[in-house]
Amino acid sequence: MSGQPTKTRSDARSGAGFDRPPTLTKAMVAPGGGRVDRHARSRFARLAGLAWVLPAVVVLLVFVYLPLVQNFAFSTQEWDIYSGATEFVGLENYEKLLDDPVFWTALGNNVLYAVLSIVFQVAAALVLAALIESLRGPRWRKVLRGIYFVPSAISLTVAGLLFYFIYEPNLGLLNNFLEAIGLGALAQPWLGQESTAMVSIIAMSQWQGFGYSTLLFAVAIQRIPTELYEAASLDGIGAVRRFLHITVPLVREMTGLMIIVTISGAFQVFNEVMVMTSGGPNNSTQVLATWLYRSGFVRNDFGYAAAIATVIFVVTMIIALVQLWYTRRRRVEF
Amino acid sequence: MTRLGFLGAIGRVFVWAFLLGLVVVVVYPLLWMVMNGFKTNAELFGDPFAMPVQFDWENYVDAWNRGVSDYLTASVLVTITSTVTTVFISAWAAYGLTRVRMPFGRAVSGLILGGLMLAPAVALVPLVRMFQAMGLYNTFWALLILYTAFRIPFTTFLIRAYMIDLPREVDEAAEVDGASRWTTFWRITLPMCRPIIISTVLLHILFAWNEYLFAMVFTNGTSIQTLPVGLTSLMSKHGTDYPVVFAGMVIAALPVIVLFFASQRYFIKGLAEGMGK
Repeated sequence: MSGQPTKTRSDARSGAGFDRPPTLTKAMVAPGGGRVDRHARSRFARLAGLAWVLPAVVVLLVFVYLPLVQNFAFSTQEWDIYSGATEFVGLENYEKLLDDPVFWTALGNNVLYAVLSIVFQVAAALVLAALIESLRGPRWRKVLRGIYFVPSAISLTVAGLLFYFIYEPNLGLLNNFLEAIGLGALAQPWLGQESTAMVSIIAMSQWQGFGYSTLLFAVAIQRIPTELYEAASLDGIGAVRRFLHITVPLVREMTGLMIIVTISGAFQVFNEVMVMTSGGPNNSTQVLATWLYRSGFVRNDFGYAAAIATVIFVVTMIIALVQLWYTRRRRVEF
Repeated sequence: MTRLGFLGAIGRVFVWAFLLGLVVVVVYPLLWMVMNGFKTNAELFGDPFAMPVQFDWENYVDAWNRGVSDYLTASVLVTITSTVTTVFISAWAAYGLTRVRMPFGRAVSGLILGGLMLAPAVALVPLVRMFQAMGLYNTFWALLILYTAFRIPFTTFLIRAYMIDLPREVDEAAEVDGASRWTTFWRITLPMCRPIIISTVLLHILFAWNEYLFAMVFTNGTSIQTLPVGLTSLMSKHGTDYPVVFAGMVIAALPVIVLFFASQRYFIKGLAEGMGK
């Protein structure tokens, strides 16, 4: 869009918008329009345009992109923690990864996290949002959305600590509640045993996050013209069918986006696991990010941690590219 | 809509029962947290459902004195400064991307918005080495820089999407009247972007207040710890004194809850714009 050789000088100094064809502007006809010369689109002026993006570009290059590239280099190195010397080991760290049972456990936990999150943060949240939006009083809708969102506003650390106590065998709400309703036999150390720890953490995460996705779906539903629902109602179409045939298709774009954001988030999970179990018991709740942290900063195996980081990068990149492809293809028109 | 059949009435009752049940599931744990902040350890272990015998602020004072005041200060400081730098740099970049002609325009916007796709964990190991080398490890600066750097793509994305839809005629007219680019940005475009600026400010506050991974890795020392990290140290240091930990959790959670309810309208708008584009 730039640098057409045919550009005349008067075009260049017109000060018109830059991504539209040059047109006659006030500057060209008004007396004293010469003041616009200050913004003359000379080569220098265009170069000066970079000043606007310079801070963002520099910060991103130095603190986001450079470390990203360095990470690949690090993943092919082995660190001597005593001398600080590095040694090139090729793909050894990646081979180690494939033989590491904890890595596979972590990857499996991330996948489980993604699947359960889609069930609750996408499917259930969509139904919930539709239920809320079908209520008549606008005030009630607002209050409910607000209440459901509160856990998302408090940090994952606070929510994680809170549920650490809720799952606590003696003073925790969960076991005491089970006993109170006569199901005391089901009481157990939720975070203390391998069989229940991961699911317990994921359950907390659903409690924390469902209000956020419900809110987003509610916003998407509000954009659907109400006439569609009114017409369907007049035709005697029931609520369930209205949901399936109007709501679901028309929030498809949001649903697709939410699925992708949810999966991507599931592969970056760190906080809740760290706060509640630190990956234990016996590494059963390890996820990629906590295993990366433990490998790098507790066991000082930086090369190995960098290799895990590469895996996270590859997975999230694939998801991001799918998202890009998806949002380009699907544009819902009302 | 007017003729609600019997089934419709039953359905309505079920929907309400379900929605209110969910309210209980959300609110009860939060109330329990607040109540436990008022209890003594003996009460806490005695009956988890009971109300505290008396509303004594002792645990809150205790938590405050055992470090929560420092964590709060650090959180406020990091949150405010990183919000200002992030939103400012992002708005500046968004103006450049939508209004100013520059060489490599496409590459630049790809570079800035492409950062949206990157997970912070991926850069963790090199960043630690880098900050150690720069002498910024365990300092306030590490968090300020990282929160800014990793949130510029998202914030720029939101502001840019909003700026694209703004009419250009106004700032062109200003230019014609002799306003410099800088004046146009500061006095005309930015005020027109007020709704999205408010949204991005709120979203960044929520992020910075609650961020944990960077805070934990980059402020390992005791010099500066934000609330999320501080709470876990409170837990490990005073692990048996649970009511104090609960009080600390309430102090950490309250500001964002209040902020959310005070700004719900903008908040929802920001979320909608962030996801909708």
